[in-house]
Amino acid sequence: MRSKGFLFKVRKYRVLLLMLTPAVLYTLIFSYLPMAGIVLAFKNYNYADGIFRSPWSGFENFRFFFSSGQAFKVTRNTILYNLAFMLVNTVLQLAVAIFLSEIRGRRFKKITQSVMFLPYFISWVIVSVIAFNFLSHDYGIINSFLQSIGQNKIDFYGTPKYWVGILIFFNAWKAVGYGSVIYLSAIMGIDTEMYESAEIDGANIFQRILYITIPSLTPTIIILLLLAVGQIFRGNFDMFYQLVGTNGILFDTTDVIDTFTFRALIRSNDVGMAAASGLYQSVFCFITIVTTNYLVKRVDKDYSLF
Amino acid sequence: MAMKKKKRRTDILIFNITGYIVTGLVALLCLVPFVMILSASFSEEKLILKEGFSLLPRNFSLEAYRTVFEKPEIIGRAYLVTTVITIIGTILGLTLTSMTGYVLQRKDFEWRNRFSFFFYFTTLFSGGIVPYYILMVRYLRLKDSYLALILPLLFNVFNLIVMKNYMNGIPVAFTEAAIIDGCGDFSIYYRIILPLSKPVLATIGLFITLAYWNDWYNSMLYINDDSKYTLQYFLYMRINNIEAYKKIIAQSGGMAGSFIELPTQTLRMALTVVVTGPIIFAYPFAQKYFVKGITIGAIKG
Repeated sequence: MRSKGFLFKVRKYRVLLLMLTPAVLYTLIFSYLPMAGIVLAFKNYNYADGIFRSPWSGFENFRFFFSSGQAFKVTRNTILYNLAFMLVNTVLQLAVAIFLSEIRGRRFKKITQSVMFLPYFISWVIVSVIAFNFLSHDYGIINSFLQSIGQNKIDFYGTPKYWVGILIFFNAWKAVGYGSVIYLSAIMGIDTEMYESAEIDGANIFQRILYITIPSLTPTIIILLLLAVGQIFRGNFDMFYQLVGTNGILFDTTDVIDTFTFRALIRSNDVGMAAASGLYQSVFCFITIVTTNYLVKRVDKDYSLF
Repeated sequence: MAMKKKKRRTDILIFNITGYIVTGLVALLCLVPFVMILSASFSEEKLILKEGFSLLPRNFSLEAYRTVFEKPEIIGRAYLVTTVITIIGTILGLTLTSMTGYVLQRKDFEWRNRFSFFFYFTTLFSGGIVPYYILMVRYLRLKDSYLALILPLLFNVFNLIVMKNYMNGIPVAFTEAAIIDGCGDFSIYYRIILPLSKPVLATIGLFITLAYWNDWYNSMLYINDDSKYTLQYFLYMRINNIEAYKKIIAQSGGMAGSFIELPTQTLRMALTVVVTGPIIFAYPFAQKYFVKGITIGAIKG
């Protein structure tokens, strides 16, 4: 009976199902199949035997990953960078959005907004050229300036401590245009009547922003922050790899889980440990995303993923 | 009353001045690096070596560009690869995303929630880069295949969600009327939903285009043959190995191995300019759709 109903529905939906097939196959092959590959974290992989016939190694890969001290370092870096990005990006984008919404000059507004959007469109390869332009020891504009005022040059590419600031800067630089648009559109959605009555009550512009704009934006801010928290175990590989690359001197302050996994896989060909750190990351990502999604749902159901 | 009015004017004035300064500075910071690269690319190599990069071009020179265009087919090849892959990827990706989004928003499709979860689940948990890489290289044998540049960026759930949410906003009455008229499921998609979804198609299309255009990661993972490098990876490889690039140019450009005389720093910058060029010209047009897309995503995310 049930199977008859099932077949009937398959027939009824045959066109819709056919239209879904490419995406379903794609997702099966490129998302679900690799999930089965997480067994690699417990294996001693060799190319000839492939994923499933390579011998088991128990928790050997994990032991190696954790005992080398790398696990702690890359986890710490990943989380701290993401927290710093959240803080700096939110404050900067919010400030820019509020200023843009209050500024009178239409042309100025349009031009600055366009210019700020420019970094979003370029690849991280080009950002790395820009970074080199600023930071290069021999030709960088910062060192040229330092030299011209009689100061010593700074060896940016050889000094780990500067990179926290550098990475936060370029991350903010690339995201400011995109992010401020989100807040700006949320500000545009605020009921103008509120501002009008505040005006009548004699509120000044600072009070207006503090008591109307920011409270109205709070749900948006919370949701964007929660979504970012969900990704806290994920490092932006593009950025870290392009700006830092394989410059091992800087790894202490710049290595994140993603870059570590990549190097273990491609450079040192240690598939087992790469798989172990990858699985470690996936599990924590899963936990944080499910948790934050639950919280997002409580703030505003429309924004939750499922 | 007069007092109050005056007070209000000063606070707005202060706020506006701060606003102009802050946004102006941020915008300037976003622009200056591009000016610097452009300046450096038009400068004389000798001066850069002596005094470093500067904001404005010094001793205007075209030697870097002459070097790049000494053998334009090298960079032309990367341009061609990226252009073709971007076009194919965008068309296929847009078709896949819109078709799937359409089925998932059909309210009379009983299994839509189950299928939605099937797709959404992949954003929660992933096998990670290692199994993915082995799948691509060992099992699908895509090393040095153009497919390795197209497939990874073809379809993603974020775009699917934006697409589906937009289509959700199209009144069901359109679909219902079409069903009554005897319109098939595919025709409803093709003739009714797609034309009504032009804004979101433009937005998602641009998201996909940008992802392909700026991709260097898949080239790095899967491509060894340098005639198949995408533009961004080409730039990355050449900049980090500029001497090899100079050698190729010198050998084929009839400069009889005098590659040492070719510029290095300004050549890097000229290459970057040539790679960035199209984006700078295209983005003001694209920006409008991005803003729209972000707004769609932000409202119904």
